[in-house]
Amino acid sequence: MTAREVILARLRAALDPAPAPVEVPREYRRDAPVDLDRLVDRLTDYRAHVHRVAETAVADTVAAILPTGATVVVPPALPPAWLPATVTARPDDDLDNRQIAAADAVITAAAVAIADTGTVILDGSPDQGRRVLSLLPDLHICVIRAAQVVAGVPQALARLTSHRPLTWISGPSATSDIELNRVEGVHGPRTLHLILLP
Amino acid sequence: MTRAFLGMPTTAPRGVGHLRGEQTFPAAARQALADPQLRRNLGHATATIRAKSAGVIAEVPDWEQLRAAGSAIKADVLARLPELLEQLEDRVSAAGGVVHWAADANEANAIVVDLVRATGNDRVIKVKSMVTQEIGLNEALEAAGIAPVETDLAELIVQLGEDRPSHILVPAIHRNRAEIREIFLRAMPGVDPGLTDEPAVLAAAARRFLRQTFLSTPVAVSGANFAVAETGTLAVVESEGNGRMCLTLPRTLITVMGVEKVVPTWRDLEVFLQLLPRASTGERMNPYTSMWTGVSPGDGPQEFHLVLLDNGRSAVLADEVGRQALHCIRCSACLNVCPVYERTGGHAYGSVYPGPIGAVLSPQLTGVADNASLPYASSLCGACYDACPVKINIPELLVHLRDQAPHPRGESAAMAAAAYAMDHPALYAAAQRATRLSRLTGRRGRGLPPPLSGWTASRDLPEPPAQTFRQWWASR
Repeated sequence: MTAREVILARLRAALDPAPAPVEVPREYRRDAPVDLDRLVDRLTDYRAHVHRVAETAVADTVAAILPTGATVVVPPALPPAWLPATVTARPDDDLDNRQIAAADAVITAAAVAIADTGTVILDGSPDQGRRVLSLLPDLHICVIRAAQVVAGVPQALARLTSHRPLTWISGPSATSDIELNRVEGVHGPRTLHLILLP
Repeated sequence: MTRAFLGMPTTAPRGVGHLRGEQTFPAAARQALADPQLRRNLGHATATIRAKSAGVIAEVPDWEQLRAAGSAIKADVLARLPELLEQLEDRVSAAGGVVHWAADANEANAIVVDLVRATGNDRVIKVKSMVTQEIGLNEALEAAGIAPVETDLAELIVQLGEDRPSHILVPAIHRNRAEIREIFLRAMPGVDPGLTDEPAVLAAAARRFLRQTFLSTPVAVSGANFAVAETGTLAVVESEGNGRMCLTLPRTLITVMGVEKVVPTWRDLEVFLQLLPRASTGERMNPYTSMWTGVSPGDGPQEFHLVLLDNGRSAVLADEVGRQALHCIRCSACLNVCPVYERTGGHAYGSVYPGPIGAVLSPQLTGVADNASLPYASSLCGACYDACPVKINIPELLVHLRDQAPHPRGESAAMAAAAYAMDHPALYAAAQRATRLSRLTGRRGRGLPPPLSGWTASRDLPEPPAQTFRQWWASR
């Protein structure tokens, strides 16, 4: 008998007599209006920096965040107009991990944002790139459009595709491991900027 | 061994892993209670987390509806567990992962050791995982010459301090910032000798210490919070980014999960991703959640192994009352509200699963005889049931397991004598009169003589009244 057969036989034996079928009550909220102010409030509460600007102002906003000459990792399909001339772009043409870690910052788009929880979700699309790009640099600038913002977790899952690698980000890297207080800044980016477009 | 025997629900084996303590709960608790620093640390931490969690739960108008859905989804999972695991295996395999089955801790450890050896590496990075602590994976890896590096900050504190975890969510909850600083100064190679005890400074020290290890270790081991049968998607919920490092940077990822972690559909995540962060760290959402399905070409580990573990879960499932302990999503809300946990801390429970959920889960995984004192590690106040985001009726389970625990023979003799006396009015009246005599011999709280002194060692004996009800009635 393989371990697989043993386990499945044990579980089937444990379920004899068979339990009654279970009906799952789904009376919780599944649709709610989107509140962009709530998204900003939630993000700010977790020490992310939020900038609400027009799309034409993204490059200027980035230039104000990063010092002149900063190196910035750039996913393959990031809109070029988002990059100011003051930074040095490092497009991801198979950068190795040390090159990515050595960069000052990364700029990505996002797939979905959740207002209730202050979450942005990256799904690896070409304007967001591989997961490692938004992980190793110490500063992450994420650009999101109002149309990508949903009210809650159910609406976000409905928009996402399960087979893509997903990263849900709610504020900068943090820990509650020292006396159960939230402290920002462990292994992920210690600074998170959200640029919210109309 | 016959095939029929192999296929029967079986408890977790002895001699491996961390489900059994060396002492009974009362003996271990006595030591913990004698440590005033420990009690201060625990009191401070649990009060902090209770306030945070209550605040963010109050923001959610449909919290009770989410709890009801979460509880029902877990009951549905258990009712259909074999078919859901087969579906999960099918989907993970189709997405490029390899699924392994482990009947117990020894099998799981052997599978992981073999997989790491096959990569030719002698070090693995680890995301905090209860299940790998349960099976004693680190000891098995070390015995095979493979160094496991814990990357969660609290796990790192425990590992560097050569200590044991004491909380599901925050394994170093029993340490305060000054103690953590001392551990880092003593055991963290290359640490700045000017290290202060500021939490942000301590976190930065861990960041520097582990960065190189993350970048140079090609194998990672993780647990899983959820696995979606419908899609083959695995989810890990974390805070620090060490999880993302382990799940993204290495070439090979090995995930070990208890069979009960499967959920049927993608949509079911909408319930648990609302319940878990608010109930556990008291956040609207934890900083990072990673989800992956098999292997993504060009992004993250290119080799993915999923180890499905029984290790006593089939025995828990076989108990129609007890099986609800398998609903647990390891949020630790029940620890944080428990008056017993708050005073004793996690070590007193012996098992890696402490607190109220541990008191009902550990004895079922091992068989009640091996953890017979744990169902009594509770005052049955019910705070854990109220706090549980998936509505596990822990008090009901505690009473159920007390019934199964071995009882001293004298206890049933005493109970039989009491039942006999209560059935015979004259005898009962005589017994009541006899209690008055005890007023002559002792004052309140003095306790009973042996062998009954065990009962009064931690309880006050009520003072017998001057007059029984019957005497009062007769005298009116």
